[in-house]
Amino acid sequence: MIKPYYAVLRLRLSNGLQYRAAAYAGIGTQFFFGFIFIMVFVAFYAQTRAAAPQMSLSEVVAYCWLKQAFLAFIVLWLRDNELFQLITSGNIAYELCRPSGIYGLWYAKLLAQRLSSALLRCLPILLVSLVLPQPYRLELPPDFAAFFLFVCSLIIGLFLIVAISMLIYISVFITMSPAGSLLMFSVFGEFFAGMIIPVPLMPDWMQRIVYALPFHWTVDFPFRVYTGNIPKLDAATGLLFQLLWLAALIFIGKIAMNKALRRVVVQGG
Amino acid sequence: MTLYFKYMLLLFKAQMQYRASFLLLVVGQCLTPFTVFAGLYFMFERFGDMKGWSFYEVMLCFAITHMAFSITECFARGFDMFSSLVVSGDFDRLLVRPRGTILQVLSSKFEFSRVGRLLLGIGVLIWAITNLDMEWTLLKITALVLSQASGVIIFASIFILCASFSFWTVQGLEIANILTDGGREMAQYPLSIYHRRIQQFFTFVIPFGCANYLPLQYILGREENPLYAFLPLAGLLFLAPCLLIWQIGVRRYRSTGS
Repeated sequence: MIKPYYAVLRLRLSNGLQYRAAAYAGIGTQFFFGFIFIMVFVAFYAQTRAAAPQMSLSEVVAYCWLKQAFLAFIVLWLRDNELFQLITSGNIAYELCRPSGIYGLWYAKLLAQRLSSALLRCLPILLVSLVLPQPYRLELPPDFAAFFLFVCSLIIGLFLIVAISMLIYISVFITMSPAGSLLMFSVFGEFFAGMIIPVPLMPDWMQRIVYALPFHWTVDFPFRVYTGNIPKLDAATGLLFQLLWLAALIFIGKIAMNKALRRVVVQGG
Repeated sequence: MTLYFKYMLLLFKAQMQYRASFLLLVVGQCLTPFTVFAGLYFMFERFGDMKGWSFYEVMLCFAITHMAFSITECFARGFDMFSSLVVSGDFDRLLVRPRGTILQVLSSKFEFSRVGRLLLGIGVLIWAITNLDMEWTLLKITALVLSQASGVIIFASIFILCASFSFWTVQGLEIANILTDGGREMAQYPLSIYHRRIQQFFTFVIPFGCANYLPLQYILGREENPLYAFLPLAGLLFLAPCLLIWQIGVRRYRSTGS
């Protein structure tokens, strides 16, 4: 039952791991951006007369490095042009002939893409940032339990982000052009996820909006679990919320996909 | 030069054929820097100050950088897409025409939808200027205009430099993003907040500092010496080595044969 999806996952994973040189070039870029972000935050935190923020500088630094290391896990603008072309060119007909569900196949493909890209990049970035001089050093999580919860939440977050990006691909069935929906999702999704500034640094009214949406479970939640900014008990219940959102998003995605597929008219030629 | 404007008009007409999609793209282009700007606003709301720089002062810096970047993206996008010209072999066609390669690549693509980002930049600029408590002298306005022009020249030089890399590597390099997107990201804040090494690099190697930070010092009245108003001209110097590398690249160019 699950076998074809697993096969797609494994195939795409080994395919993605081929692009090593590109990954190494990417790591340099990620370091540069990491340093720039951290320096901007350091400049803000140099302000002593400001009210105490809900997040310490070392927590923000950890947030920045984790973001750079797991960028492929969390960004929404990662796109698979192959899938877009399948939809807009009509070659989707071939996909429909396959005996396994199209949602699962695409899900596995997108998952593998993110996994392979992050696997190549995360280790060097994490290792180097752990030994950087202060204030740029990535601090280890407070204890093993926090680390364990972080790993769990990061993995569920990865599944969540793939479920969200599936919605982008499904929306292309209706709009026939990926530019619009990709842009809207990625611009607002990333802001609400805390990619521009960490959620605790936003004003309170904004935080209320953020906590009502699924995006912050993909980036903000795992990273704050890592630093201990979210206490362990809250983290454990947070995992449940993540799973609920995941179930809901996959359910919506499957229904929307079925609806969209029923409308598809494949032209000959 | 007239040829350049002819190309521009042609591509503009072509893009205007899809008016609705064009307008959507303009709005979309405005959104990305908008969220960055919103983040900046929230940070200032929480912290009040940034190493001695007030919100409106940083906004002025932000506006100048984003306006320069969007103008450059609008007009020099051809260089951004250049690696695909090399890969497909289409660059061979440009070489046999009796015009300079720079002009032809420059006019191969105009991205008018970048006007969205420009509009946001102009809006932020006006907001900052109306809230900054200062006197505008002729020299300060000159400094602002020069600073803007210099920013465009530097970004355009970087585009040319990055495009030249594809003569050697065929594919564009992701690392080139450090110079374009990274440069923009870096230059939207005053240079003084960064580590000393970064400050030196972006003043003497890639003169972003001359384009916005130093003239801003004069505009905001932190520096009396009027020489600072003309420092943006140093940005022009950066164009020369980039053009040279381009020429070397063109000379050793061998077609990919596809």
